[in-house]
Amino acid sequence: MSEQTISGTTAEAPHAGGGGHHHPQPTSFFRRYVWSYDHKVVGKQYLITSLCFMLLGGGLAMLLRWQIAYPFVPVPFIGHWLKGMFFFGNNGAITPEGYLELGAMHGLVMIFFVVIPLIVGGFGNFLIPLHIGAEDVSFPMLNALSYWLYAAASVPMLLSFFVDKGAAAAGWTNYPPLSDIAGASPSSLGLTLVLVAIYLAGFSSILGGVNFLVTIAKLRAPGMTWGRLPLLTWAQFITAVFQCLATPMLAAGASMLIFDRVFHTSFFLPSGLMVGGAAAANSGGGYPLLWQHIFWFYAHPAVYILILPTMGIASEILTTFSRKPVFGYKAMVISLASIMGLGFIVWGHHMFVSGMNPMLGMAFMVSTIFIALPSGVKVFNWLGTLWGGNIRFDSPMLFALGFISMFIIGGLSGIFMASTPADIYLHDTYYIIAHFHYIVFGATIFAVFGGISFWFPKFFGRMMNEPLAKLHWLLTLVFFNLTFFPMHFLGEAGHMRRLATSTDYEFLNSLAGLNVFITWSAYYLGLSQLIFVFNFFHSMFYGKKATENPWQGNTLEWTLPSPVPYYNFDVPPVVYRGPYEYSSEEAGDKDWISQSTPPVPGMTPAKH
Amino acid sequence: MEMTANATEAAFHRKRADMRRFGMWLFLGSEVMFFTGFFAAYIVIRSASAGSIVQPLNKALGTLNTVILITSSFTMALAVLASKKGDRKGLVNWMGLTWILGVVFLCVKGVEYAQHFSEGIYPSTDIFHAFYFLFTGFHALHVIAGLVVMGVLWFRARRGDFNETYNDPIEMMGLYWHFVDLVWIFLYPALYLL
Repeated sequence: MSEQTISGTTAEAPHAGGGGHHHPQPTSFFRRYVWSYDHKVVGKQYLITSLCFMLLGGGLAMLLRWQIAYPFVPVPFIGHWLKGMFFFGNNGAITPEGYLELGAMHGLVMIFFVVIPLIVGGFGNFLIPLHIGAEDVSFPMLNALSYWLYAAASVPMLLSFFVDKGAAAAGWTNYPPLSDIAGASPSSLGLTLVLVAIYLAGFSSILGGVNFLVTIAKLRAPGMTWGRLPLLTWAQFITAVFQCLATPMLAAGASMLIFDRVFHTSFFLPSGLMVGGAAAANSGGGYPLLWQHIFWFYAHPAVYILILPTMGIASEILTTFSRKPVFGYKAMVISLASIMGLGFIVWGHHMFVSGMNPMLGMAFMVSTIFIALPSGVKVFNWLGTLWGGNIRFDSPMLFALGFISMFIIGGLSGIFMASTPADIYLHDTYYIIAHFHYIVFGATIFAVFGGISFWFPKFFGRMMNEPLAKLHWLLTLVFFNLTFFPMHFLGEAGHMRRLATSTDYEFLNSLAGLNVFITWSAYYLGLSQLIFVFNFFHSMFYGKKATENPWQGNTLEWTLPSPVPYYNFDVPPVVYRGPYEYSSEEAGDKDWISQSTPPVPGMTPAKH
Repeated sequence: MEMTANATEAAFHRKRADMRRFGMWLFLGSEVMFFTGFFAAYIVIRSASAGSIVQPLNKALGTLNTVILITSSFTMALAVLASKKGDRKGLVNWMGLTWILGVVFLCVKGVEYAQHFSEGIYPSTDIFHAFYFLFTGFHALHVIAGLVVMGVLWFRARRGDFNETYNDPIEMMGLYWHFVDLVWIFLYPALYLL
């Protein structure tokens, strides 16, 4: 019987994380780089795929900006080559339909195919097992599956650009009836394909979330208590709760929208709807507002999926380069958790002008403004971490400082958006575009650049080129602000978002010059990213070989060789202290002491 | 030597079963949120509509299916129990019966769908039938997915893969099957009775 057990299980689970079953690294190219169960390979797959999609999403934004600055002027070069295709009319200028498509797809690609897979799939997969001292995640096969579901999701998304009438063009939020009836929005099959893509990407995200929660709860090394968990891993844990509980709501909403589009049901269509001057064929009986509630019940928590992990990245970098423990570790964890708790009850602040009951608007305003509290705690704690620190200005630190600065600006403009009276004026203007780009680009993507440069040694065994990384930081910071700060002024002047023809409105004419300025800043911002692309790939192959612990960090990944070997830890580590014991007495003449360094006899490990 | 190998093996199974159990509960939690989305929409549209949106369904077949599915949950529980005792014959028989009941459930559902289509009723007919097809369609997809996995497990059980120490795939199957049953227990009154 026992013989049978052993043969049965080894055949069934050749590589279960944390079980103590060591198998040699697979030798075939396919098992090593394509269908790999190794969390580090899956993390890199996510990282590189999502960075490639960032080029696509960024490219869409560049075209978008051309149309705003130079409405209906043929796009140089690209428009000439692609006349009459994709977003371009026969003269090579962007059509109004093409413009809507660019806007919707820029948002959808950036959120579902870039940021979430990048910071959760990429950083989470690679770092969580290293941070907690595990061999791998709990369910390695499920992990590979979740990456390939994400890759599969990109197929219908990319395909949608090529079908008749193009990709989704009803905003990234896909509000019905625009998104619901063929003929109401410019796209037809393309929008359905994009919904299918979101569906698959969401499923991948749920599986990833389940995997992370189980991994962090069950596979922590001996001594790695919840209070000694690095903040990035805490942030990933809390993000994973969002992924498990909020993403299914998007799946429910998208199912109903797909039913409406494919089977002609009317979940989101009212009775007596007129489309194009004729009564719609649908039976009616549904509510367009219902979609907004279901969508934002997911999409607002999703906004926190876009920022919480990078808050963790910023915390890791700030403490390491300040040579000081994180200020208020517990407060940091509690504020992360309260952002999550509050994040589930604020979705209505996206709907202040939707016709929702004004009393509800009041409640959502209050709950939203409460989020300023934990966010403020985090900002003050980051500043407290810097205070009196022995600060090193390496490129990861510069990006982390950029993160805090941009997060403060984006956070402050958020308070205006959260207040119903101000929002009624600012809603759907460029003010909101400025606000969320400060958070998602200014904060999240800055932390991503910092994180890539910080963990590059662990990812690829080499260092990134430091002068190039600093140049990239400087240009990105300058052109980012030149691009997005003036958008606040556009918004205050009443410039609507999703508007292909701003020249049609006399009151917007005075803003034309500002729009040209923003567009050129955006182009320089885009060009600056090429420095990163070059640095990333060049350093991967030709960068300086990295030592084990180039930044003198304390967390467990810095005890491993660079790059990290196949099974991570030769001997399972034992953890004796918190993750941020910089400059503690225990360390002796160094200012850092690894979490797994055994304590010196007669000295108790510090308690933070 | 043999003893320690077995002890390590058993500890490995316990640890992995523990992780799988937690993972399954989390997955079912996300499934609950998925169906909650539909129920929330259904409640909102039913209570906000001026008149009643409810249309008659075939109560006899709906009730029959409820009985079938609850019975299958019971037989599934007996299968899990048999697997914990290491009773291979009991496991194979009870799980086989559960699988057959699942297929019968789908057949009855198919008869109901056929009746609707023959009467010219489709998801697009009205908002009530839109919900009816949405709910029962996604529930049926969950039943089908469960039956596929259960089929694989049945062959593995017959081959003798499971015993007292290693049986967590059967336990996970049981959790999932009870969940699918539970969803139906909410669907049945919401669509057929209320």
